[in-house]
Amino acid sequence: MLQIRNLHASVDGKEILRGIDLDVNPGEVHAIMGPNGSGKSTLAQVLAGHEVYEVPEDQSTVTFLGENLLEMPAEERARLGLFLAFQYPVEIPGITNEYFLRAALNETRKSRGLEEFDAMDFRELLQEKMAHINIDPGFAERFVNHGFSGGEKKRNEILQLAVLEPRLAILDETDSGLDIDALRIVSEGVNKLRSPNRAFIVVTHYQRLLNYIVPDFVHVLVNGRIVKSGDKNLALELEEKGYDWVKETFAGATA
Amino acid sequence: MTTHTDNLETAKYTGTRVERSNQEVADLANRAYKYGWTTEIESETLEKGLNEEVIRQISEKKGEPEWMLAWRLKAYRHWRGMDPPTWAKVRYETPDFQDISYYSAPKKAPEKKSLDEVDPKLLETFEKLGIPLGEQKRLAGVAVDAVFDSVSVATTHKDILAKKGIIFCSISEALREHGELVRRYLGSVVPANDNFYAALNSAVFSDGSFVYIPRGVKCPMDLSTYFRINAQNTGQFERTLIIAEEGAEVSYLEGCTAPMRDENQLHAAVVELVAHKNATIRYATVQNWYAGDEEGRGGIFNFVTKRGACLGANARISWTQVETGSAITWKYPSCILKGDNSVGEFYSVAMTTGRQQADTGTKMLHLGKNTRSTIISKTISAGRSDNSYRGLVRVMPKAANARNYTQCDSLLLGSTCGAHTFPYIDVRNRTASVEHEASTSKISEDQLFYCQTRAIRPEDAISMVVNGFCKEVFDHLPMEFAVEATKLLGVSLEGSVG
Repeated sequence: MLQIRNLHASVDGKEILRGIDLDVNPGEVHAIMGPNGSGKSTLAQVLAGHEVYEVPEDQSTVTFLGENLLEMPAEERARLGLFLAFQYPVEIPGITNEYFLRAALNETRKSRGLEEFDAMDFRELLQEKMAHINIDPGFAERFVNHGFSGGEKKRNEILQLAVLEPRLAILDETDSGLDIDALRIVSEGVNKLRSPNRAFIVVTHYQRLLNYIVPDFVHVLVNGRIVKSGDKNLALELEEKGYDWVKETFAGATA
Repeated sequence: MTTHTDNLETAKYTGTRVERSNQEVADLANRAYKYGWTTEIESETLEKGLNEEVIRQISEKKGEPEWMLAWRLKAYRHWRGMDPPTWAKVRYETPDFQDISYYSAPKKAPEKKSLDEVDPKLLETFEKLGIPLGEQKRLAGVAVDAVFDSVSVATTHKDILAKKGIIFCSISEALREHGELVRRYLGSVVPANDNFYAALNSAVFSDGSFVYIPRGVKCPMDLSTYFRINAQNTGQFERTLIIAEEGAEVSYLEGCTAPMRDENQLHAAVVELVAHKNATIRYATVQNWYAGDEEGRGGIFNFVTKRGACLGANARISWTQVETGSAITWKYPSCILKGDNSVGEFYSVAMTTGRQQADTGTKMLHLGKNTRSTIISKTISAGRSDNSYRGLVRVMPKAANARNYTQCDSLLLGSTCGAHTFPYIDVRNRTASVEHEASTSKISEDQLFYCQTRAIRPEDAISMVVNGFCKEVFDHLPMEFAVEATKLLGVSLEGSVG
């Protein structure tokens, strides 16, 4: 589904990703872990199409559902089925969640030649989705992330994920700033959305999120490279030994 | 008095993306102007120039009573001794007032008795503008007075309104048929010598709408005037007078467009509202005059004086305006809150792009006890435009417990535009409470990227953010106007309006 080959990315001449290779297949959950500044969030943003990053297209390739992802602006990546849940979801005052989500869904449907949802049908769909992942129906009428608490913002991201039904969802530090209850609620939402057709890339600093969202693969990112991959036990080992362990162990690889 | 001026912080956000958004906004604004065509119609147009003889001719053409001519001439003599205002934050070349024609009317519409006699070309013109006037097609919930250049060509639903004693007609007709009413109120809120452009209007005004709502009557439908400038080298000087007697209620809408021309055209209107005890007048404007091209060539000079007087206790006047057109806008819809407990409101969205300049806001004059006013101003600047809010809140010594709340928000798109706020506050009663809040923001890269990751193109994202920014004001517009307004800002809001 997703093939990343030798992905480099820099911002203002400073190289942050230094040759990443990763394959993600439908139904899989990949966790990307790493210390602060290792490039985790950059990876998420580069995949989603943030234009601030320079990617050398002669060296790096990213293929998603058979398409060359690096050639596409962010909105086309989204229409193809890529979703990024933000670490810091953005506020859009004056625009209701319902309106925003309908616009987003209809853009995607339009690009696929599907019929757009009218206001009534969409309301029904949204209510269904909210019920499915236990979200307060009041979210629909509230402005996009405006005046939301940290936890509410993260839940709102999961609601968007539920409505937009992407093929690949990247969760960028969705656990940051959440207390244990909020973490559980958000994770339950994600788990309900796991399916054989959908893959997840879960970017996180802490192992605790992976107690709730159990990954098939764990990759450790240090200094812009994946230095170690393994199964869920790797996360536990990391938790126990700390990031200094990987930094020291793989110092040679990252220099 | 406090004044602050904000320009978009530059260094960090002047990357290609913001420039791109800038271009997209400009494209949106350009695409939005679909009213730039002209109607080929035989018109009778007065020679250019202004003198007492011209004023006599206008008055004669309209068959006005003697007192009206005298009033016009007095205004003209005042005007000759006045200078154009220079205090607004707009730069333009003062029009050559002798190079303008002050009257232009389609030849075939001298006395509009019935729609059958109106030139079909005029009906076609308004239909093309989305204002069908014919019996079959006319808008059901709105009575429309259609003004083409200097004259009113048709007024719909007059019969239904007449049954309730409501008068809704062109001001020319009102002068002939309800002369005493007009005489009593004309100039009572905006005196003929109020300011340079109001004096000019008083001397040469050609048409406009007249509304009279009798005591205790709630107008059963919205009333609307649609102004269309067509002829070249003419000015449009309309005069609107709305009177709501005790306990009366009316909601009035005003729309306007003009062809795209390379030279500037002058539009200097005066609107007077009179609300007696317990009366309510809601006045909404969607202003979309031609704004000129990218380089600032052409476009309408929109120099307008609008003022309402809450004469009696508990009267209420509410102004809502969406200003997107015109090369230059100079306009301050105001309220004189004379009656105790009377209420004044001003909700405004002003969007400028290209080389447009707008200096707009309001005046709230608190004279009576417990008077209240609310000002919500949203300005959006893009391109190389300049957009200023200028407002005065004055509480007079007898206005015990007067209250004002003012909120001025500016949204900047790109790094080459300006947003300015000039709030004047003058309080002469210690029991008054005046609040002022202001904010300046810009569409952030984060907002655009966020929308993009939700499949929304940047240009649509900009529309969405702008639209959200204006929501508090759009909520005060009647449904059709809210839709029109969002379209004007390059947005399709669809179901989420209202």
